[in-house]
Amino acid sequence: MAKASVSPSAEERLILTKKNRRWDEVRGRSLVTICAVIMIAATIAVTVFLAQKGLQSFTVNNINPIAYLTSANWNPTGGENASFGIFPFIFGSLAVTFLSALIAAPLGIGAAIFMSEIAPKFGKKVLQPVIELLVGIPSVVYGFIGLVVLVPLLRDNFPGIGFSLFAGVIVLTVMILPTVTTIATDAMRSLPNSLRQGSLALGATRWQTIRKVLIPAALPSLLTAIVLGMARAFGEALAVQMVIGNTRDIPGSIFDTAGTLTTIVTLNIGHTTYGSIENNTLWSMGLILLIISFLFIFVVRYLSGRRKI
Amino acid sequence: MNYTADKPTETRTEDELAASITRASKKEVVLDVKDLSIFYGNNEAVKRANMGIEKNAVTALIGPSGCGKSTFIRSINRMNDLIPSSRAEGEIIYDGINILRNDINVVALRSEIGMVFQKPNPFPKSIYNNITHALKYNGQKNKKVLDEIVEESLRKAALWDEVKDRLHQSALSLSGGQQQRLCIARTLAMEPQILLLDEPASALDPVSNSKIEELILQLKEDYSIVIVTHNMSQASRVSDKTAFFLNGDVVEYDDTKKIFTNPSETKTEEYISGRFG
Amino acid sequence: MNSRITDRIATGVFYTIAAIMVALLLYLFYFILSNGLPQVTWDFLTSPSSSYQAGGGIRDQLFNSLYILFITMIITVPLGVCGGIYMAEYAKPGKITNFIRTCIEMLASLPSIVVGLFGLLIFVNITGWGYTIIGGALALTIFNIPVMVRVTEDAIRSVPKEQKEASLALGITRWHTIKTVILPYAFPGILTGAILASGRVFGEAAALLYTAGLSTPTLDYGNWNPFAENSPLNIFRPAETLAVHIWSVNTQGLIPDVREVANGASAVLVIAVLVFNLLARWLGSVIHKKLTAGK
Ligand SMILES: Nc1ncnc2c1ncn2[C@@H]1O[C@H](COP(=O)(O)OP(=O)(O)O)[C@@H](O)[C@H]1O
Ligand SMILES: [Mg+2]
Repeated sequence: MAKASVSPSAEERLILTKKNRRWDEVRGRSLVTICAVIMIAATIAVTVFLAQKGLQSFTVNNINPIAYLTSANWNPTGGENASFGIFPFIFGSLAVTFLSALIAAPLGIGAAIFMSEIAPKFGKKVLQPVIELLVGIPSVVYGFIGLVVLVPLLRDNFPGIGFSLFAGVIVLTVMILPTVTTIATDAMRSLPNSLRQGSLALGATRWQTIRKVLIPAALPSLLTAIVLGMARAFGEALAVQMVIGNTRDIPGSIFDTAGTLTTIVTLNIGHTTYGSIENNTLWSMGLILLIISFLFIFVVRYLSGRRKI
Repeated sequence: MNYTADKPTETRTEDELAASITRASKKEVVLDVKDLSIFYGNNEAVKRANMGIEKNAVTALIGPSGCGKSTFIRSINRMNDLIPSSRAEGEIIYDGINILRNDINVVALRSEIGMVFQKPNPFPKSIYNNITHALKYNGQKNKKVLDEIVEESLRKAALWDEVKDRLHQSALSLSGGQQQRLCIARTLAMEPQILLLDEPASALDPVSNSKIEELILQLKEDYSIVIVTHNMSQASRVSDKTAFFLNGDVVEYDDTKKIFTNPSETKTEEYISGRFG
Repeated sequence: MNSRITDRIATGVFYTIAAIMVALLLYLFYFILSNGLPQVTWDFLTSPSSSYQAGGGIRDQLFNSLYILFITMIITVPLGVCGGIYMAEYAKPGKITNFIRTCIEMLASLPSIVVGLFGLLIFVNITGWGYTIIGGALALTIFNIPVMVRVTEDAIRSVPKEQKEASLALGITRWHTIKTVILPYAFPGILTGAILASGRVFGEAAALLYTAGLSTPTLDYGNWNPFAENSPLNIFRPAETLAVHIWSVNTQGLIPDVREVANGASAVLVIAVLVFNLLARWLGSVIHKKLTAGK
């Protein structure tokens, strides 16, 4: 091992050496850093371009933003009497989001509890793959089945023409159910076993343990699951569009047709002239979708901050 | 604290003098640790350690678990850089240079100061490729040279006879002890000056354990070795010097014989006689 | 009420919920396959769609879906893997890393129609390309990158720390360690994630409606010149995908056999997603076995 005695001084070997501080380290680091920068750039680009475009109906077309958000009169093609009130669609979006979450939350959390507490083996072997497959079904397929199965079913058995807020809610419920279940299951599974054992040792039944100990302990994560489900419901476009009827009025009942922000944008953005006032108001709806989807992130962050406590 | 700093000559007996001369004649220090402190956040895991680690000798680090042995040994080849919260103060002089300096090329340093870990960690590749992995990276492409180095390092690690017929099988097919010797061979292939072993045998069965011990005794002809071990008798069998760590302090550092027969510190004696730890 | 009885009832409810979900999946698959498979003939898969008459197939849509998926993955995989490496290996805890994480999260949570709008604005209008395959693929890239980054980061983080230390302790740079030790080890995880992501991309429609468009020019499958107008490989042509086709036949309803075409296309789409899913599982476990078994 005469390396040290014949080789250059320690200074040269360990500090000045180029040998091991090879270019590929620098290149590799630069490469991955550039990719990180691209992600930042993409996020900023999406935000800035959609904001700039979405604000044009207020800055260029001088639409009053308050009226835009609160007026229930959507009549973009009315010529002289055109009016741009998107409240019915905001209402529609919120209605389908909350109603579908209302149904999917108990089902999803119930399925999560089933998988983590009641039958973990069956849960892992059967229910988990079932959920993964449900996630995998494309949204147009959900929309299509809604259209050919659900809509006729509703038409025959309930008031209305089948296309309805309710149809949208059902389709969304099915679509967000796997999302809610997956996240809720992770939450339940990550609870320490000592919680369960402690409660059971005190003589509580399994259901008492679940209700009084496990659900409260997992609550922030369970809420996260619901919020992420809502985010998915809020942003879904095609499946809802295929069954909700896409009308411009506030629905009087859940069996009435309705429209949401996503469905109106989807239907009309391709038919209107780029740069026209109607087109611009649709871009503004896109901006609202963007802002609300960011809001969902902040809610999720807030909840995950609570989780550590 | 007790260092190996020699007592003034006047007070030595003839025996001691003779011992100190033989020691002195051997005693070329390869790593001079000066006031080394290592922190994890605010937790001082090694506290102002001083130690002259000798060339071509085996230095054992003993002490109860959590006392800072791994932290100490990992700082010698800057593996602790991987832990973001860790920070070192003091100096480790190697070949006239403080290797804790910021401008040290840790990649070059680690090829001179090799390390083997507690858990055997061969790459999921063939035995042959485990050894050539680093060589190829350093530009050695010549198949013949590679073959030679592979054989030489496997021989040095006392593994050649067991694997020479299956060099191209997965390293994961080896037993734990063989895997660990492969890890040593892989490090030797880099021709390091110093070999750091962090509890290299503690995860292995007794037979593999004694093979590793034999190996260490052979290797010290060519390398300076620092070994962390939990096993007191192993330390006494393989090492020339022993350092006893307790709660981050180097309580005592001296000839192994002295530490195990006549330690200066009562803490050392208590630990060695198994009264705690 | 007696607490034991309540417990029984609750357990019953949970079983019912589980049964509902299994039944739901079985029903959906039964519906899609029983209605769709009879439509899926060789003729259906290989003849072009028709605009007004019955009897159209899905040849071009199928090709477009696969081709857009391919282009998207070519762009996304390198970007996403590099981004994942950055996040797992190079990002230091701090403000910048948090910001990048927020960006990834924002991209991941964009509704696909919003991604489509962004694509329409940039890749259709501002660039002046019109509806193109590349525009669609770039929109899908935005939608897919966060997935690939997360998949890669998770896969890298699950590589045993010992492997990384082994390589670094031999005096190998971090980048070389990543290339030769970490990535091979993380490969099954990344591959599985990429295939699952492919399934998602394959079924995506909303982001493509207004980027790749609702139509396909007449294609000549003998023309492999990627710059020719009628070449299937031309990335600057409009391309209606399978998922978009299902939407457009139902929404526009110009052909008399909407149900048949949509049934068949849905079956093909769902089978494709199923295949992606099974392939991902199977490949993941095979490679994992190969990596860890001492054969
Ligand atoms: N990665 C780390 N982060 C924070 N503290 C650590 C880390 N590794 C070790 N420590 C702390 O440093 C001290 C010494 O640990 P270590 O060097 O591993 O001891 P030993 O190897 O002697 O068992 C312990 O108190 C341990 O908790
Ligand atoms: Mg240790």
